[in-house]
Amino acid sequence: MSLNIDNDIHRFKQIVRGKVRRDLRKYMSSTEMIGKEKGRAVRVPLPQIGIPRFRYGKNDTGGIGQGDGEKGDAVDGQTDPAQGQGQAGNQPGEHVLEAEITLEELAEIMGEELELPRIEPKGKKQIKAERDRYTGISRVGPESLRHTRRTFREALKRQIASGTWSPSNPRIIPIRDDKRYRSWTTKAEPQSSAVIIYMMDVSGSMGREQKEIVRLEAFWIDLWLQHNYKNVQNRFIIHDAAAREVDRDTFFRTRESGGTLISSAYQLCWEIIQSDYPPSEWNIYPFHFSDGDNWSKADTEKCLALLKQQMVPAVNQFSYAQVDSDYGSGQFYDDMQGAFADDERVTLSRIPDRDHIMDSIKELLGKGR
Amino acid sequence: MANDSTFLHSRRGLPQELVETQRWIEGVARAYGLDFCDTIFEMCDWEEINMLAAYGGFPTRYPHWRFGMEYISLDKGYEYGLQKIYEMVINTRPSYAYLLDNNTMMDQKLVMAHVFGHVDFFTNNAWFAHTNRRMLDQMANHATRVRRHINAQGQDTVEHFIDMCLSLENLIDPYLPHIRRERSEIERQREADRQTSGPAKMPAKQYMDKYINPPEFLEQQRQRQVDRQQQQTHFPVEPVRDVLGFLLKHGRMKPWQSDILSIIRDEAMYFAPQGQTKIMNEGWACYWHTTMMTRDLLTDAEVIDYADHHSGTVSMRPGQLNPYKLGLELYRDIEDRWNKGRFGKDWLDCKDVAVKRDWDTGAGLGRQKIFEVRKTHNDVTFVDEFLTEHFVREQGIFTYEYDKTAHHFVVDSREFADVKHKLLLMLATRGNPRIEVTDANHGNHGELELTHHHEGVDLQLQWAKQALGSVAQIWGRGAHLRTRVDDGDVILHHDGDHFTIEKLTKAGPKQEKT
Repeated sequence: MSLNIDNDIHRFKQIVRGKVRRDLRKYMSSTEMIGKEKGRAVRVPLPQIGIPRFRYGKNDTGGIGQGDGEKGDAVDGQTDPAQGQGQAGNQPGEHVLEAEITLEELAEIMGEELELPRIEPKGKKQIKAERDRYTGISRVGPESLRHTRRTFREALKRQIASGTWSPSNPRIIPIRDDKRYRSWTTKAEPQSSAVIIYMMDVSGSMGREQKEIVRLEAFWIDLWLQHNYKNVQNRFIIHDAAAREVDRDTFFRTRESGGTLISSAYQLCWEIIQSDYPPSEWNIYPFHFSDGDNWSKADTEKCLALLKQQMVPAVNQFSYAQVDSDYGSGQFYDDMQGAFADDERVTLSRIPDRDHIMDSIKELLGKGR
Repeated sequence: MANDSTFLHSRRGLPQELVETQRWIEGVARAYGLDFCDTIFEMCDWEEINMLAAYGGFPTRYPHWRFGMEYISLDKGYEYGLQKIYEMVINTRPSYAYLLDNNTMMDQKLVMAHVFGHVDFFTNNAWFAHTNRRMLDQMANHATRVRRHINAQGQDTVEHFIDMCLSLENLIDPYLPHIRRERSEIERQREADRQTSGPAKMPAKQYMDKYINPPEFLEQQRQRQVDRQQQQTHFPVEPVRDVLGFLLKHGRMKPWQSDILSIIRDEAMYFAPQGQTKIMNEGWACYWHTTMMTRDLLTDAEVIDYADHHSGTVSMRPGQLNPYKLGLELYRDIEDRWNKGRFGKDWLDCKDVAVKRDWDTGAGLGRQKIFEVRKTHNDVTFVDEFLTEHFVREQGIFTYEYDKTAHHFVVDSREFADVKHKLLLMLATRGNPRIEVTDANHGNHGELELTHHHEGVDLQLQWAKQALGSVAQIWGRGAHLRTRVDDGDVILHHDGDHFTIEKLTKAGPKQEKT
């Protein structure tokens, strides 16, 4: 069925994608995709364009609340204005939606928003695994799956309807008919394994902002691949002139200085693949993030040779993403492009700034290999 | 285009059961004294209701991306289970309200009862007296006009202009329809001056007149007078709060642009009373749905679902104020006070806490009083008049401030005076700074000067810059805004292309922009 509003929806989407009215894109909010991760709550990325108005700025007047608390106690539920978009919600449509959704749902949404294809797992280990998910409520089931809240609600309803409930003695006694149970559906999922090997250049030219971009991008790549494979392993390599394997935490925190020898990382990556992940059984996704300022031409040659002859044939996809930095020359991207322009096993992407993270992810994962 | 004779794409009459329910609830509502115009309920699925909500309740609006944005937001919100629109009703005659087709019977009854509260409010509250009750047609008319302009000018051009108008949408005077402003004394005098006195002549006998006052001299005098008048004439004579109206009247625009601006202004004016009476209107509707549901409409089996649903409506997120809740409780408080005769001189003069606690003259005027209140007040006067210290304490209302060191909001005060002051300030401005046109001939260049009444909070400069740009574009020449930033007077300039900020030294003479 078509609605009157379809045209407006289409128009808005076109603006968001930058196809028309590019002047409006600068008012777009929530390009930041991981707002808060409180437990499993993740901020849902809904692009919003705010029409600039005369309105109050940062030294907000505060407001009126209701509830407990002494003077000086923190007020819950108020957005931090430092995070922007913190208007007290008196204007409709200017809030960022925050939802308690699982990472899995988020990945679904991501696939939808980014129009990413579902990855077909390759390989030898296509064993179907069965997995139960609790999705519904039924009237029969084992006691261990009893949904207590629903059960009591039904009992309360019945007692009120039949007049056996009294407010002075509010006892609720469920009978057999009131009982509700969680029910599940069984889904068959292909059992397959994947490894993502993240490599990051931590040489002096990779600044805080560049790291943050890599962190965000890695988060979403990880999320997407987790969604597509049952069993995903992550390995992290950092390198400047020498490469070493680190844990996740170190990967995102370390800042070192020094020169850049990209081949050191590729060499280490290849060693890891050879020792732990036989390509016949694993889906392998190496990602390399750098500002593309390799030390020498000779080293670049070494990288390209290693990739061409050994690594690329063994992996599902080799991805190289280059973050723009003020210092780097960015030559490596051009070299990669020269060597692998026609090779669809290698994907390249440039990330000029934070706002292009989504575009970059799309470039890297859009092929669905 | 949809066929104009149908209201929605898939117009569905109400099922017989609901028609009867409506008749029944209408009877109950009228028996309580609610007085409302005909109300037509439409069945919608959730896509339709989201669309209507995105459109502000109307089935047809002019084409604009922000409706699409709003729709997506509602749609996703529904999909992720964050929000659901329970009821929607528009202020027209007859009034239209929407029912979600997969709601339970209990929900439908609740929505109907709630809606009759709203329609009674629209019909009787003084602040709605001047709204256009044929807005349904008007909105469709606006849509047609905008489409025509789009066909002639191109979508990007028109849309860009709409965006500019929308960025000034909050610069209207919501009190305008209620006041016939007297022209000021000065203006009238000046007008009189202009008409009576010709150029100043030297006193002379008639036969000498053409020698003493030769035409050249008269011309010179006339010119001087005009100059003087121009220097003196400050236009507008008094600050104009209706900035959009002022731009419409005096801005240099093409006809299609004026038309668009008038559309945006009309719609903003139409929606303004709903902003001015949010607490009262929602409170009133909640008061009546609770009253009717619990006394007349609920069946035993529906009680639990009703309680669940109603408590959701009036629930408070921790630390936040829910207008539904505040309004409802205030009406109940008023009703209780007037029932027990807790008003007037005797009550106010009584200082004995024990006597006050048990005070009940059996006046029984509660119901009558709240009907009276809903007729004349808006949120500001409602809170000003009826928020009591007792109420603030009972409801646990507090003010909060932003703690700059801790980076979150903290409870600031529970004092009645503080709470009332802050609440009134919030209601009076509704997040919209008060900005007025103070000079239409700034720097004698025909540029527009606006002045912001600073109430302790700076404007968001990035946005002010963009909005001021819109003013300059619509005005056709430079625009200026007097305001305060970080406790210093500043004037923001925008010439349509460039933006500058000029700091005004507090004591010294003001510096003109070079």
